Amino acid sequence: MKKIAIEVNGKKVSKEIQDHTTLSGLLRDILNLTGTHIGCDTSQCGACVVHVDGKSIKSCTALAADLDGSKVTTIEGLASNGKLHPMQEAFKKMHGLQCGFCTPGMVMSAVDLLKNKKNPSDQEIRDWLEGNICRCTGYHNIVAAVKEAASKM
Amino acid sequence: MKTFNYHSAKDVKEASKLASSNSAFLAGGMTTIPSMKLGLASYKDIIDIKRIKKLSGIKVSGKTVTIGATTKHSEVASSKDVKKAIPSLAALAEGIGDPQVRNRGTIGGSIANNDPAADYPSACIALNATIHTNNRSIVAEKFFTGMFETCLKSNEVIEAIEFSIPEKSSYQKLPNPASRYAIIGVYVAKHKTGINVGVTGAKSCVYNDKDLAGALTKNFSSSAIDNVKISSSGMNTDIHASSDYRANMVKAFAKKAVDAC
Repeated sequence: MKKIAIEVNGKKVSKEIQDHTTLSGLLRDILNLTGTHIGCDTSQCGACVVHVDGKSIKSCTALAADLDGSKVTTIEGLASNGKLHPMQEAFKKMHGLQCGFCTPGMVMSAVDLLKNKKNPSDQEIRDWLEGNICRCTGYHNIVAAVKEAASKM
Repeated sequence: MKTFNYHSAKDVKEASKLASSNSAFLAGGMTTIPSMKLGLASYKDIIDIKRIKKLSGIKVSGKTVTIGATTKHSEVASSKDVKKAIPSLAALAEGIGDPQVRNRGTIGGSIANNDPAADYPSACIALNATIHTNNRSIVAEKFFTGMFETCLKSNEVIEAIEFSIPEKSSYQKLPNPASRYAIIGVYVAKHKTGINVGVTGAKSCVYNDKDLAGALTKNFSSSAIDNVKISSSGMNTDIHASSDYRANMVKAFAKKAVDAC
C-alpha cells in the first residue's frame, strides 16, 4: 500500500492505495468519479483521458502511486457553477455524441488541443483525436463540435 | 493486473540497486503497464525512474543532440533545438502513437523495449547513436540484439541517447492506421562519414540496410535505389502486410526518404 496526496478537480485528496492501482481505478472505484470511462484499459481507446498537471493523458495507463503531488482534472471538473464548459456545450449543440461512452475522453482530449491551438483545422482536430476511438463512428460531428467550441472559447 | 511493489527511485544508483531479474524500470509505462494488464509480463518490483531529474532533457552541442532517457516524445517533437539540429527526429517523435501516448511515453523506454515496429530504434541506427547507461556507452548497432531484446543488463539504466547530427536526413513510415506503429519505417541519414538506412517494422529487429546505403553512397538520389534488390526473406508476415509487400514498401519508403532529405 502507498499513501498519496493529489488534487482532483481542485479538491485535495489523500488516500491509501495499492501499488498497482491505476489513476482510472482511483478515480472510479475510490473517488466515485465515474465520468472517466474505461474502454480498452490498454491506452488505445482514449475513453479514460484526463488532465494531469495540465496535460491530457490516458488514466488507465498511469499508476496512481507515481502521481503523488499531481493536479488532476476529470470530466466532472470542467463545468463550473452548474454551467457546462464550452466544449461540453458544443458537443451537445452539434450532436457530437451518440452512445456517449467515448465522450468524456473526447471532451478532455479536445480541451487540451484548444489549449495549444486556438483555431485548429479539421485535419488538426482529426490528427489530435487519433487516440480517441468512437465505436459509433460519430467522428464527423465530434470534429464539428470541437470547431464550434474553438469559435466560442 | 497482478500486483507488484512500486518504488520511486531518487537517483540512478538507487534504481540500479533495487533492480533484479524480476523487476522492470518504469518511465512512461506506455508499453509496460498494458503488457502487465494483458498478462504478457509480470514483475515483483516496478522501479519508477521518472522523478530522477538528470535523466530528462535535451542538449545540443556541436555535432550531437543528447536526449535524456525519460524525455517524453512530446518534448522531443516540440523542441526547438531538435527541430533545428535534426528536424527528422522531431518529426519522428510527432508521429509516435497519439498525443496522450506522446505526453507520457519516453525515448529510453522505447529503445529499451525494442519493439520490432517502434520508430526510435531506426533513428538510433541512422543517426549513429550512442546509448549511455550507468555502466557504459553502447553504439546503436550493438545495442539492439533481437526482437524485444537489447544488450542491457537487468540493473542497467539508460541515462541518455546521443545522436550525431547528419548533413541531411528523413524518416518515412507506413504507419499501421490504428496504432501508428510502423508497418515499415525507413530512416535515411547522410553523414560526412557515411550513409545509414535504418529500417524498422520489416524484420524481427531494426537493422541498417547496407545495400541501400551502398547504392546511396555512390549516388545520393532516389533513382539510385531503383536497381537495389530488397529480399523479402526474413521479413515479417502478419495480418497487416506480407513479407513481399514489406520488402516492396522498404524500397518505396527509402526512395521517399531520400527525396525528402
